[in-house]
Formats: sequence, structure tokens, C-alpha cells
Amino acid sequence: MAERTWKTIENGPHALDEFLHPISKKNYGQWKYHERPRPGVLKHVAWSGDVLYTVRAATHRQVTVDIVRRLCDLADKYSDGFLRWTIRNNVEFMTPNAANVDPLIQELEAAGHPVGGTGPSVSAIAHTQGWLHCDIPAIDASGVAKSIMDALFHDFAHEEMPNRVRLSTSCCEINCGGQADIAVVVQHTRPPRINHEILANVCEMPSTVARCPVAAIRPTTVNGKPSLMVVEEKCIYCGACFGACPAMEINHPEHSKLAVWVGGKNSNARSKPANMKLVAHGLPNNPPRWPEVTEVLKRILGAYKAGGRDWERLGEWIERIGWRRFFEETGLAFDKSMIDNYRHARVSLNQSAHIRF
Amino acid sequence: MSEQQEQKKEFALNPTPMLDQLESGPWPSFIKGFKESVNRTEKTMIRGVLDQLNFSYETRMGYWKGGVVGVHGYGAGIISRYSMISDQFPEATEFHTMRIQPAPGLHYSSKALREVCDIWEKYGSGLLSMHGQTGNLQLQGIKAEHVQACFDELNQLGWDLGGAGATVRTGASCVGPARCEQACYDTLGVHGKVLSYYADLTHRPQLPYKSKFKFSGCPNDCTNSIQRADYSVIGTWKDDIQIDTQEMENFIEKKGIDYVVNNVISRCPTQAITLQGKQLVIDNRNCVRCMHCLNVMPKALSPGKERGITLLVGGKGHLKVGNMLGSVMVPFMKMETEEDMDAFIELIDKMIDYWSENGLDHERIGETIERVGVHQFLDAIGMEANIDMVAHPRDNPFFKADLTHSPEAA
Repeated sequence: MAERTWKTIENGPHALDEFLHPISKKNYGQWKYHERPRPGVLKHVAWSGDVLYTVRAATHRQVTVDIVRRLCDLADKYSDGFLRWTIRNNVEFMTPNAANVDPLIQELEAAGHPVGGTGPSVSAIAHTQGWLHCDIPAIDASGVAKSIMDALFHDFAHEEMPNRVRLSTSCCEINCGGQADIAVVVQHTRPPRINHEILANVCEMPSTVARCPVAAIRPTTVNGKPSLMVVEEKCIYCGACFGACPAMEINHPEHSKLAVWVGGKNSNARSKPANMKLVAHGLPNNPPRWPEVTEVLKRILGAYKAGGRDWERLGEWIERIGWRRFFEETGLAFDKSMIDNYRHARVSLNQSAHIRF
Repeated sequence: MSEQQEQKKEFALNPTPMLDQLESGPWPSFIKGFKESVNRTEKTMIRGVLDQLNFSYETRMGYWKGGVVGVHGYGAGIISRYSMISDQFPEATEFHTMRIQPAPGLHYSSKALREVCDIWEKYGSGLLSMHGQTGNLQLQGIKAEHVQACFDELNQLGWDLGGAGATVRTGASCVGPARCEQACYDTLGVHGKVLSYYADLTHRPQLPYKSKFKFSGCPNDCTNSIQRADYSVIGTWKDDIQIDTQEMENFIEKKGIDYVVNNVISRCPTQAITLQGKQLVIDNRNCVRCMHCLNVMPKALSPGKERGITLLVGGKGHLKVGNMLGSVMVPFMKMETEEDMDAFIELIDKMIDYWSENGLDHERIGETIERVGVHQFLDAIGMEANIDMVAHPRDNPFFKADLTHSPEAA
């Protein structure tokens, strides 16, 4: 191999300067207001009077150089060679030229990038890597996201919800997809199976013991070899040990299920930010389309769309009508697993006589 | 079959019946994208990855394991993936990812993005994830032997690796002052400055666990910072909401009084808005900067002029104790000058130092604070308690009173 001559420049994030549209640069920090002329389009107006249109379109998130180059072609044609991404995998093109908006939308949609995701719509799904690339997933990510969004497509392209709906999916209980109005997260239902044959060779045992949040993992000897054991009564099936030690095999084609959580909210608007709550679990891991999951999401969104008032996020709608009615409206079943038995138990009990009948 | 046809058939994808079912429907299909790309480039790595992915769909299990792959001088930034079943799928033996730090706000020029694509097609699979949940541009699928050369070419164009493992991770920032009227500080500039300062901690694992920064320009928190970031930096303002009275009248005229009552006045969480004639009057002293009325009436209302940030600390995802939201550490600090940013970094340095010394393996700073106690943490970083840190004063009666702060001591 030829000798390396380049000396690394350790600069952190790439410089921004050459990546900003000239109108953004000129009016940096000097914006007055914005409007939404149609779903998928924003119009920002600066104090200077300059106008910047943004067209937002969905991408696959898992893209290729071919797809990115096509998006670059569109940026060259319609937005002066600049483009950006949102944190929910949408691509955005900004142009001061109103006449560019409609032809850009047509070309994006012809290329398979639906335009939408603004205002009170269902957002593109924040999701993770799954079977494509991750070392600990129980499900795929892109396939679940694709299947759900095929079903919810109408509400991405239209602004008909009470408020915005953010979705996420996660392939293990780390929940890399994050909190959301509705989140689909893997739920393990059995303790890890321990591969004693390889454990001592592939795992650092003390750090695996320390990784367990409920102190359920202990050193032991199996067939004369040092290994680990799990106190199954204590195990909460979180899978934290699997990240530290691949011999703690938590994933299982039957026993790793999917759960649905609702009401997560990061914005401070109106109510304080909130964690999401469990409303369905034990859904089968059923590739390639996971239809049981989509069915639950459609029920929740249907009830929210029908009953939510303007500006109410999903969790705020539930706070208003109460959890009993949420389960009635969606037809989902409340069960004992939905009562917290762990860290947040006391604060999530109903410490009042407030009851809806 | 002619010789020419036979040669043409040399490269062909293997059957992937499970994945093929993800090609239909209105949403963009990543499978269609992958197939298009591999049919053009004939990169066998992608074929192998599709084969293994199809096998995952059939068996409902994942088959990647980690290892150690890196670039010279760094200890993080490459996520190594080796197939656990490379005997079945030899073309998928290695499928490593390079995490690249984008520019703040995920802004690109088509020129720079094309350059990345060309380098990536030369050395890697041509697959990308835009973007990872933390905010990396992820180049997915490269063999270990090509990683250094690929990185060197990218680095010459100003691209650097992101974090992984027990490091400061790649930051995230909202679109901020580049486009948004609600941005109360320069999210993009502060992101650039802070993450450049922490480049060493990003590239060389020397912390108890991961540490994340996210920069949101206003309390709408478009980067999800409260829920995901150890250091959640949220723009806010101290003085009065700015009102354009003409636009206010136009809004009320256009939307009608019932809309204003039902969707602005009654939705204010602190009942700080009253209707007087054709104007809404805001009790700014009772406003908690939630953003709702500004979101509904962006033409009529704007954040105040005395702007800065609120710093919340300790947000993190599920493992292992359930999700934790960040909580207020500093209710307001200015973030306009270099000196403001230096003061911010000095404060964060104290927190990171304390956590480095006292955090257990795999413990985020929020968990450390909870374990050692907020009092101990505040004492260690030399910060005074303030009322904005709590939702309400304690209701648990048992504590070791600190009499130095009692009225009698004064």
C-alpha cells in the first residue's frame, strides 16, 4: 500500500458557509413570518421583503448515489444548487422563484418522492437501521416504515389532522427511533437464551453483569467453563445485556414482538414535553409488511382525526378525553402490562377519585 | 444464447421474494432504489447484502456482528459490520459504515454532495443513509481495506468522521436563522463551534458513554433535544412577545372570534392571554414561552428581542431505566458573542469533567445525576440552585438541610 501522505484535519462538522442558499445567507436571522400555501410547501418572508419557498418531499432514507444525484439535478434546476434534509428524512429545496414550485413538485412526484409532511399532516417516520445494518435488531426498520407509510400515505400528502403527527419505529428496546406521537418499538417477551459455548470467548463478563438494570445476571460455571446466568424472575427483558455480550441472545423470531406507544411530544407548545405510553403489545413480527402493526396505527389515527380538536397533539387529545375513552374509541384493549411496575410506577397511578364512567 | 448475451447475464441479482414485496405502494421503496443502483454499478456487496436481508426477512433474525475498524489516529466513527453467516453470503462478508458529520442543519450544495457520491461510489457500495437518528450522513457498505483512503479523500474536502460509542456524538441543529422566524439564537453557528471544540472527544472514546448535543432555535424543539440530548440547547427570550397590531387585527378579522377564543386564548397553558377589543393582550410575566400562540399567528407575533438559550441536561432514550427528559440547568443565558459561547463551553466542560470522573460504565449524565443526587452534582460543578430547575419544591419531607441558605444564617 502506498504511503499515506494526507494529514487528517480534525474539524468536526463540515463548514456551512458554501451550503446556504444566497437568500438564506442574505436574510440570516432576519425572517419575519411564514405561511403554508399548500401541503408540502412553505413560504418564508424576510424583513427585507425577500421570499423563500420550500418544497418538502419524502425520501427512502436508505438511499443510493443514484437517488442523491437525481435530487442534486433537481436542486441545480430549481433551487440554485442547494438542498437540505429534515431530521425526519425529508429533502427540502428552497427557491425565491414562485414559478419553480409547481414544476419542482411535478418532477419530485414523478421521481417517486411524494411532497408533503408539513403542518397538521402525518410526518415521515423517524427510523433506524434494522436487519439491513444493525448488530442487535429484532425487526427491520426500512421495511416497517415503508409498509406503514404506504398505508398512511394520504395523510402525509394532506394537512387534515388536528395537529402534526410524528411517527417513529425502533428495532430494539434502545428505541433509537425516539419518542413520537405514535411509536412502534420491539418488545422482547422472554429472557435472553445464553450461548454458553461462546460466552467466555466473546464477552467481558463483569461489564455484562454491570449492564443489567435489575441485577439479574450472575457469574456461574457451565460444563466446567465460566459463564453467566440470568435470574429469570428478575429479568425485565430489556436486552441491555445483548449489546454488551452477543452470547446473551435476546432476539427470537417468535418471542420478540412489537409494541405501540402513543403521546410522546418533544415540543413545549401548550403542554410540557411528554414521554409516550404503551397502548398495544404482543403484535407479531410479521415481515415483509407487518400488517397487524399498520392496523393498530390506522385505528389510533382514525380516532384522533375524528375526535381531536385543532392544535391538539395526539397525547393532548387523550389527556382531554381520558385514557378509558381512548381505549374505547380505538377498540384497543387495556391490560395489566400497561400498569407501570418499575421506575415510574407511583407517579403513573391514579391518585385521585377522578374517574370517567 | 450468443456469447454477448451470456456476458451480459454474468451479473444478475439473486431471487429476493420477501424484499420484492416492498417494491409496490406509493411510498419510496428502498428495495427498488438498491436494485436500480446495483444493476448499474454491479457491486457484488449490495447483492450479498440484499440476499442476507431477504434471509433475515425469512428467518426473522439479524445477522450482523461488530468488530474493530478505524482510521489512523481516531478511535471512533466507523461502524464495523461483519456477516455472521458469510459462508452463506460471502458477498456480504464486510459491510462497514462511515459516519460523516454533515454541516449544521443538514444543509448541502449539490456540488459537495456530488463529490461525496463520487468518492463513495469509488470506494464503497454507493448506499447511504440520510440521515442517522443522531444526525450523521452515513455511508453504508465499505471493506476495511478501503476505509482509510476513502476517509482521506473526504477529509480533503472538509468532511470529518462523527462519533460512536463512548464519545461526544455528532450534533444536530434545526434550520434556525437560515430560514425560520422563530430562531432565537444562531443554532447553526453554535452547533459548528461547540462540535468543533469537542472534536477530540468525538473521535476518541474517553467518556463513560455517549454524550449528545442538540440545538433548537425555539421551544418548539424541532431537533427533539429534550428527549434525546444530554445537552439540550433551546432558544428563548426574556422580554415581551413582539406584536404587530395590524397583523393581529387582520388575523382576528380573517379567522373570526370563535377561532381566536378556542385556539389561541383557551390554549394558552398559563391563561396569559385576554381579548380586549380587537387586540389580544399578553401577560408576559406569566408567559412560559411555550410557542403556541406564535405558532398559530406567526405574522402577528414574534419572540421578544432579548434572546438567548435555556440549557436542559440529562435527556436520553430508553435503555436502561426508561426514557428521561432533560431538565433545566440554566434558565437563560445569552448566546450572541464569542464570549457567550466560551462561557457556555466552560460550563459544559465542568459537567463533562464531573461525569467522566463519576459516571459508571454505560451511564448517561442524566442517570449519573439521578444516582449521585442533584445536590452533589450542583456542588461539584459550582452551580447555585434556582427555582426553574424544579416543577415544584420537594414534597418528600426527609432531607439534609443546608442551613447556609436559611434566613437565620443570613
